[in-house]
Amino acid sequence: MSMTERARRKAEKLDRLGELAAARDDERGVSLWQEAFRRLRRNPAAIVGAVILGIFLVVAVLGPFFVPYGPTDTIGIREGLVKSGQGIIPGPSADHWLGFDHQGRDEFSRLVVGARQTLLVGVVSTLIGLAVGAVIGGVAGAAAGLGGRWGRWVDGILMRVIDMMLALPSLLLAVSIAALLGAGLDTVMIAVGLVSVPVFARLLRGSMIAQSSSDYVLAAISLGVRRSKVALSHVLPNSLAPVIVQATLTLATAIIEAAALSFLGLGNPDTAVPEWGVMLADAQPYLGIRPALAIYPAVAIIVTALGFTLLGEAMREALDPKLRK
Amino acid sequence: MFRFIVRRLLQLVPALFGLSVLLFIWLHKLPGGPESAILGERATPEMRAAIRENLGLDEPILVQYGRFMRRLIRLDLGTSISTKREVTTEFLERFPGTVELALTAMLIAVALGIPLGYLAARRRGRFLDHVSVAGSLVGVCVPVFFLAYVLKAIFAEHLHLFPSSGRQDPTINATRVTNFFVLDGLLTREWDAAADALWHLVLPGLALASIPLAVIVRITRASVLEVLGEDYIRTAEAKGLTERVVRNRHVLRNAMLPVSTTIGLLTGGLLSGAVLTETVFAFSGIGAFVADSISHRDYPVLMGFIMIIAVIFVLVNLIVDISYSLIDPRVRVR
Amino acid sequence: MALLEVEELSVTFRQRGRRTVRAVDGVSFSVDAGEVVGLVGESGCGKSVTSLAIMGLLPRQAGVTVEGRADFDGTDLLRVDRRTMRDIRGRDIAMIFQDPLSSLNPVLPIGRQVTEVLARHRGLSGEAARREAAELLDRVGIPDPTRRLREYPHQLSGGMRQRALIAIAVACRPRLLIADEPTTALDVTIQAQILELLKELVRDSGTALIMITHDLGVVAGMCDTVNVLYAGRVVETARRRPLFTEPRHPYTVGLLNSIPRLDGGRGERLSPIPGSVRDVLPWADGCAFAPRCSRQVPSCVGGPPALVLTHTDRSYRCVNPVPPAAGPATPADSGTAPAPTAGGSAAGETRTTAVPAAREEESA
Repeated sequence: MSMTERARRKAEKLDRLGELAAARDDERGVSLWQEAFRRLRRNPAAIVGAVILGIFLVVAVLGPFFVPYGPTDTIGIREGLVKSGQGIIPGPSADHWLGFDHQGRDEFSRLVVGARQTLLVGVVSTLIGLAVGAVIGGVAGAAAGLGGRWGRWVDGILMRVIDMMLALPSLLLAVSIAALLGAGLDTVMIAVGLVSVPVFARLLRGSMIAQSSSDYVLAAISLGVRRSKVALSHVLPNSLAPVIVQATLTLATAIIEAAALSFLGLGNPDTAVPEWGVMLADAQPYLGIRPALAIYPAVAIIVTALGFTLLGEAMREALDPKLRK
Repeated sequence: MFRFIVRRLLQLVPALFGLSVLLFIWLHKLPGGPESAILGERATPEMRAAIRENLGLDEPILVQYGRFMRRLIRLDLGTSISTKREVTTEFLERFPGTVELALTAMLIAVALGIPLGYLAARRRGRFLDHVSVAGSLVGVCVPVFFLAYVLKAIFAEHLHLFPSSGRQDPTINATRVTNFFVLDGLLTREWDAAADALWHLVLPGLALASIPLAVIVRITRASVLEVLGEDYIRTAEAKGLTERVVRNRHVLRNAMLPVSTTIGLLTGGLLSGAVLTETVFAFSGIGAFVADSISHRDYPVLMGFIMIIAVIFVLVNLIVDISYSLIDPRVRVR
Repeated sequence: MALLEVEELSVTFRQRGRRTVRAVDGVSFSVDAGEVVGLVGESGCGKSVTSLAIMGLLPRQAGVTVEGRADFDGTDLLRVDRRTMRDIRGRDIAMIFQDPLSSLNPVLPIGRQVTEVLARHRGLSGEAARREAAELLDRVGIPDPTRRLREYPHQLSGGMRQRALIAIAVACRPRLLIADEPTTALDVTIQAQILELLKELVRDSGTALIMITHDLGVVAGMCDTVNVLYAGRVVETARRRPLFTEPRHPYTVGLLNSIPRLDGGRGERLSPIPGSVRDVLPWADGCAFAPRCSRQVPSCVGGPPALVLTHTDRSYRCVNPVPPAAGPATPADSGTAPAPTAGGSAAGETRTTAVPAAREEESA
């Protein structure tokens, strides 16, 4: 067989594949996600949220390379500008855009470097909560939806555990985890992450049970597809949308909760790394002298959390089958 | 109905038992027991051992647990390691403050949230709706302790409209009966003490109410919008009923179903927020006490606290379920 | 003197980001006291919106405009203030809706839902209201009415729920009753019972009835006068018998031809109307039915066809009407049993796939 002949056949095959793919796309119309994305782009709240998060991400990732001063450099004290004991903490100036903090460090630089820390805490703790919650909820949901009596038994036990976690006030759960592990960055991330476990678990379970009773699952099972395969390749992917939305919303609460832990003195003890929650806590004694020191990090926290919330809520709306028409 | 309540309360027993076992094991696995907290870092091993023996911590964990359970049946939660007082006494003194605060916050949230959510839904797409939706989005994003500080700075320290800390003005010599200060004032007819206690609740109550308020506004709005689109509302309108009757009997009654569930779920978060709010306002509730107990490894206090929280959570949700079934005949409890 | 006189009623929905929809486009018809009038058409032709407009139940929001007149006993219902309208609704004009389950409040006992309308318009309360409610339930054929009063909608069967809704509607002996597809959500066997009940009620009380339906079987069994709606306009009005024996508008003929008939020959095919209600021409540009019409002539396009009045009680809106003798010889008094799958909506819409595709090609 000549090379040209083989190439021609291959080209034909590819064409055929392309045709099939196109036909398939056509049949399915636009996918759930494409449609949701299209609606997301039309929602002003989603755009505002995305812009906030875009700025936040750029600042968090690139910001630390461009800050004018080191975040731990007590330049204000060295230059004799800051005398916290006497209540002298200068405000914004041309050199120091947001002034100094109580230890004479450049507030603007600390705020920018702190963004990275906040992003890290938010993302890692959400991932911890998502991972643990998804495993528990996924197993429970698959067991309850597709398993028999044994499955319901597994589901029952897992859900009792989850309900118990839900019963504990989240902050106290976090505080006791922090007490168990000692104050530190890992502690904050684990504590905040574990607090969101029951939410993710319940959500994924509920979503999977709902999917399990739908006709296409019944069809797959009646065709003889193995139940474990149905769970993994049909039920799970179709159940993920609410979980992803929740993850976006959890990023917001994680940032706030991490700040609360820092406020209670359970945050990162490493003062070399500025963090918004710690900055906010540190500013408390100086509220009378320079309230701005509390307002900067607080506004940063609120705006970032708002960004995640706006995007998350908009995603929830975009994916809501009730609103889709 | 009665049988339903009894059954639910009986279900509580195994749940509490399981919770207590888990907690007992977990707490006793915490590194650094109460002896480190009492003696500090430089204690000799002998001193540590002596303390542990004194507290009964040297015995096998099963024996300790047995002792805990025997006491619990008599409603005795043991003695606090750090304050050397009965845990029940400590709780009776401190819990009422937190409960008062949480109730105030919930009351504010419900009293403002439901009408606001309803109006937002009714005026969908107009100014009030946009303000409510935006406000509730921002509301959940503001850290409670920051809001507490802002309220305190503005209304207490700057405008002097409200007291900045505590539960009662120290110059008022009030009689204590239940340690619910407002209730005490009413019971003993010391009206000024009751009013003063109420006055002290306003700012921390508002701060703590922020998140439940935001959530209730959102849920109410969504729920009312859904109900307004229902056919039976059209039927009610077709009957020519007055606006008031349509609103109260038809719209709100149906819209309250998801709201009541949400209120139950907000309880846990309310207690978390209470810890933060109490810290800011030096409000002598349970929050700061428990936070200290964690760092002191005060096992009896922690065990007791978490057991009580679990009971409260279950009771609140029981109340929610009952009220739900009172509104919705389709889920009548048997 | 007509009880209700609807003239040039138009309803427009304007929504940001969506196409403006003129759901009702100049509907005129009249209802005499005690008369049963049918509004017939495929889904989407504006029947329900017409009734909601008359009842003042369209959402009061920007973007919804109602024009025209609806004179009820001397009052223009479209211009009356909201207070007065609330007094009229339920007392003088009552309405029965399509889906009895979703139209009853799930959290209120049936009794409460009946007595509240008695309390509102007849000032009855307490025991008197309860007794009257029980009597009403009894009159609409609900057995054991005193027990049913305490029950909730979910405890009743579909037919019972619709009876309860009818009881609510007739509670204040209204002069006009509007029934919006009252049998569509019910089992076939129940449908006939409910229609029989409605017929009985209006006959006994002298209430006028507007029967909104897509089901010509219902029309044949009940109505004195029939208005056929197409794309938001009445295209033909006739007494029942002439409508079935001598339909003049091609759309009416199409509707009649799409009813399967038991006495039809075995090989005889149904002839559904091609296309769907969505393939319309704006009335201003000509006859809205023209794109689907088999009798289309050039003069169909260019302007709205005028209303042709033949002798009394008879009018149609067509420039090329079906000649009087050419209509199908459908027996008008085919009894009360509605034809099982009658109605243009079912037949018309299943055919939508082929024709619009062709239209798209033309426009592309």
